[in-house]
Amino acid sequence: MPFLIGEAMTGGYGAADILHDCTIAVDKGQIAVIVGPNGAGKSTAMKAVFGMLNLRKGRVVLDGTDITGLSPQDRVAQGMAFVPQTSNIFTSMTVEENLEMGAFLRRDDIRATIEQIYTLFPILKEKRRQAAGELSGGQRQQVAVGRALMTQPKLLMLDEPTAGVSPIVMDELFDRIIEVARTGISILMVEQNARQALEIADKGYVLVQGANRYTDTGEALLADPEVRRTFLGG
Amino acid sequence: MDFLNGLIALANYVLIPATSYGAQLALGALGVTLVYGILRFSNFAHGDTMAFGTMITILFTWLFQSWGISLGPLPTALLALPLGIIGTALFVLGTDRVVYRFYRRAKAAPVILVIVSMGVMFVMNGLTRFIIGTGEQNFADGSRFLITAGKFKMATGMEEGLAVRTTQVITVVTAVIVVALLFWFLNKTRTGKSMRAFSDNEDLALLSGINPERVVMVTWIIVAGLATIAGVLYGLDKSFKPFTYFQLLLPIFASAVVGGLGNPLGAIGGGFIVAYSEVAVTYAWKKVLGYWLPSALVPDGLAQLMGTDYKYAVSFVILIIVLLFKPTGLFKGKSV
Amino acid sequence: MSAPVKNSLLFLVLAMMFLASALMQSWGAALDMLVVGLASAIMALGVNMQWGYAGLFNVGVMGFSALGSLAMVLIATTARPQAWTAGGWMIPIALAIGAAVVLLAIGLWRWMPKGKVRALALIVLLIVGFIVYRAVFDPGVTAVEAINASAAGNIGGLGVAWFFQLLGASKDTALQLAVWVAWPVGGLIAAGAAWIVAKTALGLRSDYLAIATLGIAEIIVTVLKNEDWLDRGVKNVYGLPRPYPVPQQVDLQQHAGFISWAKSWGLDPTNAANRIVQLEYVVIFAVILIVILTLVELALKSPWGRMMRAIRDNEISAEAMGKDVKARHLQVFVIGSAVIGIAGAMVTSYTGLFSPTTYQPLRWTFLIWVMVIVGGSGNNWGSVLGGLLIYFLWIEVEPVGKWLLALITDPMPNTWALKGHLRESAEQMRLMTMGIVLLLVLRFSPRGLIPEK
Ligand SMILES: Nc1ncnc2c1ncn2[C@@H]1O[C@H](COP(=O)(O)OP(=O)(O)O)[C@@H](O)[C@H]1O
Ligand SMILES: [Mg+2]
Repeated sequence: MPFLIGEAMTGGYGAADILHDCTIAVDKGQIAVIVGPNGAGKSTAMKAVFGMLNLRKGRVVLDGTDITGLSPQDRVAQGMAFVPQTSNIFTSMTVEENLEMGAFLRRDDIRATIEQIYTLFPILKEKRRQAAGELSGGQRQQVAVGRALMTQPKLLMLDEPTAGVSPIVMDELFDRIIEVARTGISILMVEQNARQALEIADKGYVLVQGANRYTDTGEALLADPEVRRTFLGG
Repeated sequence: MDFLNGLIALANYVLIPATSYGAQLALGALGVTLVYGILRFSNFAHGDTMAFGTMITILFTWLFQSWGISLGPLPTALLALPLGIIGTALFVLGTDRVVYRFYRRAKAAPVILVIVSMGVMFVMNGLTRFIIGTGEQNFADGSRFLITAGKFKMATGMEEGLAVRTTQVITVVTAVIVVALLFWFLNKTRTGKSMRAFSDNEDLALLSGINPERVVMVTWIIVAGLATIAGVLYGLDKSFKPFTYFQLLLPIFASAVVGGLGNPLGAIGGGFIVAYSEVAVTYAWKKVLGYWLPSALVPDGLAQLMGTDYKYAVSFVILIIVLLFKPTGLFKGKSV
Repeated sequence: MSAPVKNSLLFLVLAMMFLASALMQSWGAALDMLVVGLASAIMALGVNMQWGYAGLFNVGVMGFSALGSLAMVLIATTARPQAWTAGGWMIPIALAIGAAVVLLAIGLWRWMPKGKVRALALIVLLIVGFIVYRAVFDPGVTAVEAINASAAGNIGGLGVAWFFQLLGASKDTALQLAVWVAWPVGGLIAAGAAWIVAKTALGLRSDYLAIATLGIAEIIVTVLKNEDWLDRGVKNVYGLPRPYPVPQQVDLQQHAGFISWAKSWGLDPTNAANRIVQLEYVVIFAVILIVILTLVELALKSPWGRMMRAIRDNEISAEAMGKDVKARHLQVFVIGSAVIGIAGAMVTSYTGLFSPTTYQPLRWTFLIWVMVIVGGSGNNWGSVLGGLLIYFLWIEVEPVGKWLLALITDPMPNTWALKGHLRESAEQMRLMTMGIVLLLVLRFSPRGLIPEK
């Protein structure tokens, strides 16, 4: 049994289903990556796993317990954290306040965690008193990831964390994400830059029209000529 | 000497009254802006919330007066104020429970909430008039003046007098304390920061585990406090009359919008901009100009730009100009 | 139950309510409610066009009805040539100067390059313009207001009645005929003001438009209260004429033929005269209501109305489809306000009194909104039903409240101050009732009594 599994998920925003019998899973301390064309339902699958969508069928199991009925807030308390694709920071608040809000549910001392985040993303320490909305794209994404890590989650979900950042910053971000995974945190990530993402992925999912098209290890998907041709541009 | 006399006249008739009026507007606008930031609608019932809170405070003031309790030189109403705030907070929380919460859960459009707040406005307005009547109530007691014009003239030997009323000083002092407390709360406490986070990005606040119902509850309590304090200060400074409070809605909205809806700092700035403009435009400048200009240049008339009745037109014109040229307000509010 | 049956039943129940009031209270009271209720229904139709068709949030209804009633003062009163010769002629010149300055300022803003020079030029223009305006305006106003201030003191009618006299009507008949001109003119004045409001505020978000219209209404009423030269301000204008051929009660009561006619039916001539005047108003108002209702229904069903609703339901996609949303909104805002203005003028000619102090937003703006929402936003029949029903409640809540409070307070000893207080406060129950009705409808029947199709 994987650490987290969204199993045979079917559902959507209204009457029409977006997801069709879609399954996503990630093992302890591993990185799972979801790729696929625009509008394939990648973000929708993430929302479904995080309880922001009513599923008609299927279930979500975290560490052996069925959490399908839990609200997003309750899932946060259960050790999940989510960085949405858009508006994923509090723009009018300072970097440090963003981190504090990430730890809102924690009642213990959060100083140490903040320091850990600053070690992971040193630039944030420099900009701690600055409004997050004034930062550059890459720095904002770091704030977003930092905020999500503040609950000391066991599972971190990232929806296109490298959207709109330069290639150098992207590599940097991927390095950080690997670093996070090494600390034992499972990572479920949606990526536009499929090739780079699959390179660091233990497991990869190719989603098309809300359904699993290919599922394999990252390496195997990269090697698959069919996947290469249709999704990785040759 | 003439220049000083002119300055004193200016302070006496414009600066001091406008400052205390501005403080009252700022407190009122802070309430409007908080509701807008957190609950995301323009609350038409805010003027009547102020009236309601003031009414409860007046009732307790009368009770204390009948018991012979007073604060000496300070108005008894200050003693009754906490009770007024509690009463208003309870009422407002009740309103949220039976009225607003339903629409919040249904994710109703902001304009529906505005119409709903019109219904609440009717009820609160009716309730206030029902309980205390439509007439004017003066409930300021204690000493009226800190400095009287006569004493000032004797002490300084100036031609012009400078009068400072107790209520004006109380207004400004209270407003400073309240605003400092509010900003401390919003910027330094966990709950306050969670309110800002909720106002900034509701979805992300939910993802962070911030409880929306708690944020809303705290907001209403603060709004009730601000509205009651603003109402009581206005009532002490001028007088209490339910209809006047309803009319205050316009300058208060103007202040909040001018400063940028949803931005607390803007509400304060907006309050003073509106107040100074109102007083400056409706003040008869003849006296001040008489001191400052060579006698040949002093105008014959009162040198009053507009009659005092037109003071609401002033806040309105400021409002329109800001909306047309800088819709998010001078201090950058949110444009949801 | 099918919708038409249900709606007919609703109107039937409403008719029974009026009838019950006529039989249990008095015909005079019931007819009075009916007359003003019909006019309120017309106002509700105007608001419904703006809100129901187009989703425009106009909280300045009071201002537009007040402007409508101003037309009664300007059109349906006798001309006062001495006011014009005394200095009144300076007022329109001053107003023209004011308008020219504003237009010039707008032009300056548009055509001059941005920068300090423009700002300075604008400030200088506005200051100089204001001084010139006041220099012409103030003496004119002083001269006009000096003329027989206790009975006149304003510029009087604009000569429409005089025109009818030229055509051979008697002085009184001419005034009565002028009423028929005054009502549409009331609509025109309101439309003109609405056009200015729309030009400045329509692009704004819905709650900003609400705040802006709320302010406009307050300012309009302030102007009417303070500009004595125009309408005598708070000194009011009394004895406004009735529309031809509705007679004044007093004339009817002294008419020998009428007295003998009334006696032959066993009626008290005074009462009978009052009832007949009211009945004539009912007929006139009902006819106007039907005409307006037919027109707005036709408009709603026309391509124009369909486009209006398409825009309301999805502004963005309508805009993408090449619809000029702003121009459509401007249109409907102006027309709706004109309808409100007409109704405002009609009410004033019924009461015979122009009194700016009676314009209270709760009564003239928010009550109309309650009518529209309770009746059913977007449905014209709903507005008519809501107009009549809510006005009925508005009036009846007071006696019912008095009765209820009398019942509650009856067991209290007379020495209690509370008893007297409660009995005196019955009047305020109507505000609470209206608020509760509005909240209940919004919550449990948000589409109103007669929902939009
Ligand atoms: N909030 C929403 N409401 C309704 N439909 C939505 C919403 N968000 C996305 N969709 C639809 O769901 C489908 C999948 O979208 P999404 O999950 O965002 O795709 P991806 O993230 O793979 O690009 C798209 O057709 C999109 O139009
Ligand atoms: Mg996506």
